[in-house]
Amino acid sequence: MAANDDARLTMKVSERDHAEGPADAPVTLVEYGDYECPHCGRAYPIVKRIQQLMGDRLRFVFRNFPLGEAHPHAQHAAEAAEAAAAQGKFWEMHDALYEHQRALDDAHLVSYARNVGLDEAPFVKDLQSHAYQRRVREDFMSGVRSGVNGTPTFFINGVRHDDAWDVNTLMDALEAAAESA
Amino acid sequence: MREMNAGSWQSVLGWTMATALAPGTRAPDFSLHATPDQLVSLGDFKGRPVILAFYPADWSPVCGDQMGLYNEILDEFRRFDAELLGVSVDGAWCHLAFAHDRKLHFPLLADFEPKGRVAQAYGVYRPQDGTSERALFVIDGGGIIRWSYVSPVGVNPGADGILRALEALESGGLHGGQ
Repeated sequence: MAANDDARLTMKVSERDHAEGPADAPVTLVEYGDYECPHCGRAYPIVKRIQQLMGDRLRFVFRNFPLGEAHPHAQHAAEAAEAAAAQGKFWEMHDALYEHQRALDDAHLVSYARNVGLDEAPFVKDLQSHAYQRRVREDFMSGVRSGVNGTPTFFINGVRHDDAWDVNTLMDALEAAAESA
Repeated sequence: MREMNAGSWQSVLGWTMATALAPGTRAPDFSLHATPDQLVSLGDFKGRPVILAFYPADWSPVCGDQMGLYNEILDEFRRFDAELLGVSVDGAWCHLAFAHDRKLHFPLLADFEPKGRVAQAYGVYRPQDGTSERALFVIDGGGIIRWSYVSPVGVNPGADGILRALEALESGGLHGGQ
């Protein structure tokens, strides 16, 4: 019953997830991230670069792991991304949040929503009513049960990536996974 | 690195490790300062599960470090009526500042004087560093260790092992000597 030897995704990637890239790609990279975490902010352009390099051979999935005690805006930012998803614009909002991660108070969340072309009234309503609080917590607990131990945590084809996540290291790990897929 | 389990790490690095107390062992009692004027004892929690989380030091430089992660899931531990106690060799004033900075809502105990005595009693002191291992113990309401785990010191063990142990404890699945 070791805690680490078996750090695998306990909640499989499915229709409920936000994914970029083909479902039948040989490699699926799952990130558990927090919009206000500076390390995740550093990982954001790295993942973009990796997506460029891998092209159709990669499916990228993002799940919420807001550390709300450490990052006071992280939970609401995650709910905002989910509210954007309800209008079909998860990735646009996801990118806007990471590109402005030092300004994630509610007024800014609404301005990003406007900028990415969301219908403002339902977005604000979802944000105020915490419509996606439960969904975000589901993501979070699926991470806890999979051995997520900080942010960002990556899983490559379901196995936790415990190594560094600079472009080269991550690419090597993804290519290795692609070969053995 | 991700291919290696705790055992292979230790043998590769040539560490000699104390052996953590195993399941089935009675948990050594202790009284440690949680704040400069408050002592916490294991016996205070008789009848409830206790999660004892030894960690090397306050002020780990990453977001969502081990204590920060546990802080986010205190509700999950409370569902089992379990009490979480963090333990390191840092002093009570240091713990106070750290807990305040990270907004931690559970006690951090100072295994400070004599330094590391409780970590030694649990078999998780690292004399070469003067700190404890990253070690987890789940202790049942009767004071018996039901699960223990020592993580490679650079790897945050996360919380899934604790939750699985608490679930097993609740369903009667964790018996002594396991």
